[in-house]
Amino acid sequence: MDAIFLQILNGLDKGGAYALIALGLTLVFGTLGVVNFAHGALFMLGAFCSVTFQKLLTISKHVKDESITFFDAFKDQPYLEIWFGDFGKTIIDYSVPLSILFAIPVMLLIGLIMERGLIRHFYKRTHAEQILVTFGLAIVLQEIVKSMFGANPIPTPAPDIVSGSAHIGVLFGLGESVVYPWWRLIYLAFSGLVIAGVFAFLNLTTFGMVVRAGMMDREMVGMLGIDVEKKFTIIFGLAAVVTGLAGLMYSPILPPDYHMGMDFLVLSFVVVVVGGMGSLGGAVTAGFLLGILQSFASMNEVKAIIPGIDQIIIYLVAVVILLVRPRGLLGREGVMED
Amino acid sequence: MKSPTIKNDMFVMLIFSAIILSMPIWLKPLGAGYPDLLQKFAIFGIFAVGYNILFGLTGYLSFGHAAFLGIGSYTAVWSFKLLTMNVFPALIFSVLLSGLFAMLIGFITLRRSGIYFSILTLAFAQMFYNLAYSVLTPITNGETGLQLARGDARIIDRLFSDAGEGLPSTNFFGLEMSGYSGFYVCAVLLIIAFFISQRIFHSPFGIKLRAIKSNQTRMKYTGYNTRPYLLTAFVISGMYAGLAGGLMAATDPLAGAERMQWTASGEVVLMTILGGVGTLIGPMLGVGIIKYFENIFSSLNDQALLQAYSFMPDWLANIMVTITSPFVGEGWHLTLGALFVLIVVFLPGGIMEGVSLIKKRFSKTQANTETGKS
Repeated sequence: MDAIFLQILNGLDKGGAYALIALGLTLVFGTLGVVNFAHGALFMLGAFCSVTFQKLLTISKHVKDESITFFDAFKDQPYLEIWFGDFGKTIIDYSVPLSILFAIPVMLLIGLIMERGLIRHFYKRTHAEQILVTFGLAIVLQEIVKSMFGANPIPTPAPDIVSGSAHIGVLFGLGESVVYPWWRLIYLAFSGLVIAGVFAFLNLTTFGMVVRAGMMDREMVGMLGIDVEKKFTIIFGLAAVVTGLAGLMYSPILPPDYHMGMDFLVLSFVVVVVGGMGSLGGAVTAGFLLGILQSFASMNEVKAIIPGIDQIIIYLVAVVILLVRPRGLLGREGVMED
Repeated sequence: MKSPTIKNDMFVMLIFSAIILSMPIWLKPLGAGYPDLLQKFAIFGIFAVGYNILFGLTGYLSFGHAAFLGIGSYTAVWSFKLLTMNVFPALIFSVLLSGLFAMLIGFITLRRSGIYFSILTLAFAQMFYNLAYSVLTPITNGETGLQLARGDARIIDRLFSDAGEGLPSTNFFGLEMSGYSGFYVCAVLLIIAFFISQRIFHSPFGIKLRAIKSNQTRMKYTGYNTRPYLLTAFVISGMYAGLAGGLMAATDPLAGAERMQWTASGEVVLMTILGGVGTLIGPMLGVGIIKYFENIFSSLNDQALLQAYSFMPDWLANIMVTITSPFVGEGWHLTLGALFVLIVVFLPGGIMEGVSLIKKRFSKTQANTETGKS
């Protein structure tokens, strides 16, 4: 029982990441009609926003280490600590959550530049060409990050307070032994919040209504006198922010490296296809579902029965679903039918 | 469009063979005349020519062909380990086994088209890649990669001679697979592969595949069941990839799972696109350009760059080095990605499209001057 509960939790937080990426992917695909293979790179860029922010905060001065009196020792002390003392230390400690403030404008800008500079010229081109150009773009972004930050993963720790584990078992009347890292719970809550936010935005605002209409019939919306192109740019920016935040918040769980985007991209594409191309609800459902399935498949008991199942379960599910239900779980008729 | 005649085809074949076989001579002044690189040209040429049969003719964008490359490699190495160091049976097994897998995967993935097909093939390739790293380690030897060992069985070789000292090397009926002789084996196979692909392009089968690309629905309405044709094309291109994988293992008897990663599939797509999708020569051109520049760019470093800019004043040279150094050496992939983007944006038909554009413009101006108009 405890084990199953833990696996569901495990799956939920991974599923949260999948769902967020798939959400952005579907937004872009549903409205702009563009298959964006550079979407994983946005996830990676988001994670590196937190790295950059942490680096900025910890710009240090080479000072004499007073605690060692035997000989002249030097240490690096961040300027923030020198200026603000303990408050500076706290800021550095909270660098990951604080970097959200930094990441939102940055990711928005990146998204806008990408859409204006490249993606917009591909609305009318074939899907194959869209895939190819965004694939190239993904390589470029990835290599730029590699040349700036190196090839090794860079640890970005979560704030001290939440670095431990929560005794979550007690809450649900399970065992004392059921513990779970705080940050992963935060990630889960965060992804839920962002998903709810995006859905609220789409369902409660006029802009969202236009977007939903655009997902159903792009041409018609354009004919009604709405500047579709402008909306598309904003949507792409929004998708970039959502995906970037997903990557940023994931950075304490998985130290960012330059190819994490590619790893997540393949999976999130599978998630989108399983959920049904162009269906936002489907993307979210499939994200969590596949996350949970994957975490169950990586249990030792399951692996003992079918070895290697944890490595391929997602792809296997995707293959089966596409063959049985070609439109995906919640796919609508008429989207990507040809 | 002029319909290609048999004579024309033979002419193209002759020129192609001459160019490929004389590569060691004319590539020497370009600094690429050494066997390792030449073998790579030929092997990736086979891979790209085969990939073009699927993507170029039917328009089905597969992101999973690296899996067949990997399967071919593993099969070949196992054949070296168990049977003989002769590459002939190894290549046959590689082609057959990858063809078998292609049939299996194609049977499932070809039920869908467009982006779904791309993602399904991608899913299969990733599955193979993940399995090769985890459960299939007894077969693939995981991260270390499958290598030859002195204690291997090599049943057929043992019938004729005892195990010698050290590792035996691969051969093609006595012909060494390393060095120039290895290149010539690869080159002859490439020419055969090219010949087959040329025949397919100009056969009724090839025309049907093209019809599928231009309008599959209409093709179906005229009474054709398109799937068998697609599957055949998929299997053929899978077999080409298997042959390429087998040759990779033959020239360097080592097979690693990274060969199956989907970025490797992306590379062959890029080669095909760069040269020109759906043209016969295009993919070969793409392979030549990418492998040549990969070789040059990835060997450059800041020192070499400084030398190249030595004609400039020092400060300018330093600036140029800082600008260009991320693009060379380790950063070769950055150049590759940028190239990818530029090609798809500006020249989706690849180099062959560029050539035909220039040709068209040239002939137009000529025609104009002939009639006295401008």
